[in-house]
Amino acid sequence: MSENENKNCSCEKKATNNMESENTNIGALNNMWVKDDDACLCNCKDNATQEEMIHQIKCLFFGIQELTLYLDTHPNDEKALCLHNKYCKEYRELTDKYQKIYGPLTMTYPCNKWRWIEEPWPWEGGMN
Amino acid sequence: MWTYNKVLEYPINIKKKDPRLAKFIISQYGGPDGELAASLRYLSQRFGMPDQTSKAILNDIGTEELAHLEMVGTIVHQLTKDASIEEIEKVGLGDYYTDHGVDVYPVSAAGNPFTAAYIACKGDPIANLQEDLAAEQKARATYEKLIDLCRDNPDVLDPLKFLREREVVHFQRFGEALRKVQDKLGDKNFYMNDCGQR
Repeated sequence: MSENENKNCSCEKKATNNMESENTNIGALNNMWVKDDDACLCNCKDNATQEEMIHQIKCLFFGIQELTLYLDTHPNDEKALCLHNKYCKEYRELTDKYQKIYGPLTMTYPCNKWRWIEEPWPWEGGMN
Repeated sequence: MWTYNKVLEYPINIKKKDPRLAKFIISQYGGPDGELAASLRYLSQRFGMPDQTSKAILNDIGTEELAHLEMVGTIVHQLTKDASIEEIEKVGLGDYYTDHGVDVYPVSAAGNPFTAAYIACKGDPIANLQEDLAAEQKARATYEKLIDLCRDNPDVLDPLKFLREREVVHFQRFGEALRKVQDKLGDKNFYMNDCGQR
């Protein structure tokens, strides 16, 4: 997404509260984050554990995944678009912070030592 | 193209091995309504879609299905990895073990190997999207049967419930995409035989 498109989105004004779009489950999605688990709300505290961070990364990614599918069929829903932008920003910040400490989550994250091969892999039952 | 994210879409940590459940659950890996069939179906059908919405939705749901394939494979792997030969034989996995050991191989619960005959690409967006709607319902129904069978193992139940919910959401999105394609086709006397060319 270009910077201009980002600027045109009125996220700051509309995104955070009262996400009840008509005919959507976006409201439910937002409630899920807010009510069920404060740890999911982003801006991980500085002393967050690896487990808390990866949990939050999964939560944010799921939000992005769900909003992406929703926006594919509702591209003009501004509230959903704003929420998508918000989660993407939080996801980027948090994955940057996580990868600096615990190693890369994708091959596009550069590191001085080749940590990509470190176990466990996701299927091996670690926290990933 | 794709890049790998070194995380599961939803956490899976199965504390107690149970090869009996793996024998059932592997159907969602390589069975007729499994995640391999789902991902291949959508990612192959996307090439012939006529509008923005249906191209995007098939691409994006097809991609999510690959993450689900990984989840199902992970469940099977964790349920079987430390099983003894006796346990494997006892639950009827001796045949599977003969050819595959405890690798994760795409077969149905009945042991039939994966085949592309499970999916369709009809060269017709309406027919394809209708197939996709049915596929999501069949996958949901399969997960519900697996949830019945796995009722005593919460570590397995939890990701199965997540996967079932995703089928419901995908069904919803495919329905919306189908409606848009139908509107487009109705709009300008659009003959379905031309879909691939426009």
